[in-house]
Amino acid sequence: MTTKLFGEPVRRREDPRLLTGQGRYVDDLGAGSLEAAFVRSPYAHARIRDIDVSAAVEVDGLVAIYTWEDLPGALAQPLPLLIPHPALTHGRTAYPLAREIVRHVGEPVVMVVARDRYLAEDACALIEVDYEVLAPVVGVEEAIASDRLVHADVPGNVGAHLVQEVPSADGLGARQAIDAAPHTLSFRLDIERSASMPLEGRGVHARWDADDRSLRVHSSTQTSTSVRMAIAAKLGLPLPQVEVIAPDVGGGFGVKIMHPWPEEVLVPWAAITLGHEVKWTEDRREHFVSSAHERAQVQTVRVGFDDEGRVLGLDVEILHDHGAYTPYGIIVPIITATQLLGPYRIGAYRVEFSSVYTNTVQVTPYRGAGRPQGVFCMERTMDHIAEYLGADRTAVRAANFIQPDEFPYDQGLIFQDGRPLIYDSGDYPESLRMLKELIGWDAFGELKARAAAEGRTVGIGIGCYVEGTGVGPYEGGHVQITSDGRVHVSTGLTSQGQGHETVFAQIAATELGVPMERVSVVTGDTRRFGYAVGTFASRAAVMSGNAIALACRKVREKALRIAADALEADPRDLEIVDGEVRVAGSPGAAIPLSTVAVLSNPLRYAFDEEAARATQFAGASSFDRPPVAEGEEPGLEGRDYYSPIRSTFASGMHAAIVETDPLTAEIRILRYAVVHDCGNLINPMIVEGQIHGGVAQGVGGALYEKMVYDGHGQLLNASFMDFLMPYATEVPVVETAHLETPSPLNPLGIKGAGEAGVIPVSAVIASAIEDAEGIRIDRMPISPSDLFALRGTASG
Amino acid sequence: MHEITLTVNGTVRQARVPARRLLSDCLRHDLGLTGTHVGCEHGVCGCCTVLLDGEPVRSCLTFAVTVDGREITTVEGLAAPDGTLSPVQRAFAECHGLQCGFCTPGFLCTVTALLRENPAPTRQEVVEGVSGNLCRCTGYQNIVASVHRAAEIMAEESPTSEQTGENEENEGRVRRS
Repeated sequence: MTTKLFGEPVRRREDPRLLTGQGRYVDDLGAGSLEAAFVRSPYAHARIRDIDVSAAVEVDGLVAIYTWEDLPGALAQPLPLLIPHPALTHGRTAYPLAREIVRHVGEPVVMVVARDRYLAEDACALIEVDYEVLAPVVGVEEAIASDRLVHADVPGNVGAHLVQEVPSADGLGARQAIDAAPHTLSFRLDIERSASMPLEGRGVHARWDADDRSLRVHSSTQTSTSVRMAIAAKLGLPLPQVEVIAPDVGGGFGVKIMHPWPEEVLVPWAAITLGHEVKWTEDRREHFVSSAHERAQVQTVRVGFDDEGRVLGLDVEILHDHGAYTPYGIIVPIITATQLLGPYRIGAYRVEFSSVYTNTVQVTPYRGAGRPQGVFCMERTMDHIAEYLGADRTAVRAANFIQPDEFPYDQGLIFQDGRPLIYDSGDYPESLRMLKELIGWDAFGELKARAAAEGRTVGIGIGCYVEGTGVGPYEGGHVQITSDGRVHVSTGLTSQGQGHETVFAQIAATELGVPMERVSVVTGDTRRFGYAVGTFASRAAVMSGNAIALACRKVREKALRIAADALEADPRDLEIVDGEVRVAGSPGAAIPLSTVAVLSNPLRYAFDEEAARATQFAGASSFDRPPVAEGEEPGLEGRDYYSPIRSTFASGMHAAIVETDPLTAEIRILRYAVVHDCGNLINPMIVEGQIHGGVAQGVGGALYEKMVYDGHGQLLNASFMDFLMPYATEVPVVETAHLETPSPLNPLGIKGAGEAGVIPVSAVIASAIEDAEGIRIDRMPISPSDLFALRGTASG
Repeated sequence: MHEITLTVNGTVRQARVPARRLLSDCLRHDLGLTGTHVGCEHGVCGCCTVLLDGEPVRSCLTFAVTVDGREITTVEGLAAPDGTLSPVQRAFAECHGLQCGFCTPGFLCTVTALLRENPAPTRQEVVEGVSGNLCRCTGYQNIVASVHRAAEIMAEESPTSEQTGENEENEGRVRRS
């Protein structure tokens, strides 16, 4: 059947425009717009005494200068705290422009609008801000220990504190279970800051139409629907007069789910105030110091286990650095705390985190969103247990796996969506078997011995994870078939390179039985679909994919109903093949969907030949029935929503072989293997691409990327010269194998795949280096210098 | 302000720019060729790579006035005049060598020049050849595959390919499974 496209490695329909320079990213829009630039704080913590703009107003081409004092109404209030939580007792958010106090280097203080960006920056350079410098708080341990405060009204710098505890089957708390266990271990783990770092930074373009009093905003965002609501609320505009569009977006990886950014409300406000289009495009340094980071945690682990390595009790204390503000709540440490358990059945579990303020850039989700830290903790724990027992690391993991017949498996925790953490499906023993085969785990001993004989040091490592994907609350899809036979699909969530136009078209073409060329897909445009949550948490395929499938099924049903009438057949005898409704097994009796679309919309006006066929005087309609039957609507279209009862849980296991240089401590990844289970694959080519990209970011986080703050709160490596993202020369070839354990929770049986690749990489690389070197690796990322120093400590 | 004349994608274009105008901004905002992207403005990421008299350069580190009278090819000029995608562009589509597409124009320009210099590169030569361009989406694996595939397409389409047959052996070639 020509229209079975679900599951095929269909080439991407995004590519022709992106390969020819015809993509449209925010900065490509709005030629002739005024441009904004910002004066940002050079200090991590300071009081603003005075802002002197007198020299700046002389700049030719300057249009406006705004400080906090100029902001009206709700715009002068702090930005929203997007995800409140009872444990976040001291949530704090920034003002769009700093009011009195700045709390991190890069915080916006003054907005300048000028004829172009060069001139706006000229004016910024001439604005003198008089600061009284205050002592900053840098690093989680200083935040907890220090008597200095990031926010004067947040004692101890603690924004949130949460304890979650799941007792063992026989009712023991984790601490009791550990005390009663035959063996115990305790250790500390450190993970540094990294960041999403999409190659396109943030950007906003706003156009105010004074004639119909409407605002159109383009933003490089992962959630246009919510940015729209935030703008309407902040600027006091009726929602129908605000539209927000995410055009082509040059990567997101989490940072663009944060919203509204100060610029997302300030630029539209300036456009309205000035009666002129205004645009702001973030530059790279701004992205480093004024968007968001993630990852940094200190974890203290205590574990009790038996002779087989089965974990009887696990107690984890986490210090989480959330930076200067908490606009995105405490989603990241909650995910760490809940996803830490991975594919394992743990006797008793206790997790406690404190999320603390520091005078650094705020922390919001970056691909993986707290999971890499949790997996690092759990997988280091498994390796330490194996080392203690002298057992194979995979055997210890296998001894703890949840078994295939135990699903649905309730971990007894509350997940990030506020719903129970119940795993829907998976097959962890099979996944491990496949991984061991793919990497050659059992034969590695020989390889290691051979390498040693040649004076080379190699090691193998493993990491397993379970990822809650496709979190609710919902997404929707709208499908319309027009009288030219075209199928128009829209969904509200946004795209940042995941190939949604392709996979959603595959789903629609398969569901409707039409050629894929006839299907067009629009995402992230509130003019087309206003109800949506956004793209994050590996949710787009699960949420919008299923919503679109459901909408297609509605349209299909309607098409069959109308066609059945026209063909005088029973709808149950009809099928749709190649865009034609036909009586199964009776090739002569068929009617194209374009004609069904015409019939669905009885018109008065014949603007073309197709429409002429639908006017009320064409064809023989029954005089006993209204032209639009009761309960029907004109048009061959349908809208539906998918709202899952809870998240679906994808899983995977990675293994790597690394080589470390005996002299220079250089670390090279020789092989990298991935077994991945995201349920049914819509497009295996795209899923593979997601995994490759995720692993590359994971390699960055494991070996290269960290945000280096000095004691003054200055980010020392705020450029691509100094923040080392991997090039092609640093990323290994990723060998993949897929296991498909369909999700029972959704009609398509799919699970999310977007974040998977990045999640276990630090754990895997630490495991492999530890195996190669025989030195505990408890801190990531690890550079050759770090490893060299560790060798010195270990031997000295 | 300075009057400059550039030949961009075969068309003579004129612009009036201040001395500090970056070539990237001139192409994007004065000439409307927004296919060239700017990812870091300090010459590291390679998104802004264009071909200057055939050689890849960072347009974000080049003042427009310094290239007065020169010939520039941007991503908009890589396809044939009839719109047929170049072998490099086709290979990237075939091998899923792009995701968000932001770094892609830089890669396409870099690879176009790379394969002109070395029509049958080894894997190591490809990896080195694209090691001045950052991509945050793909993990590079499919980009490397795309370069090999582009070399293959070029060899297949070259009128002399039958005599040389050089696309057949080439050790280290990566093929997509």
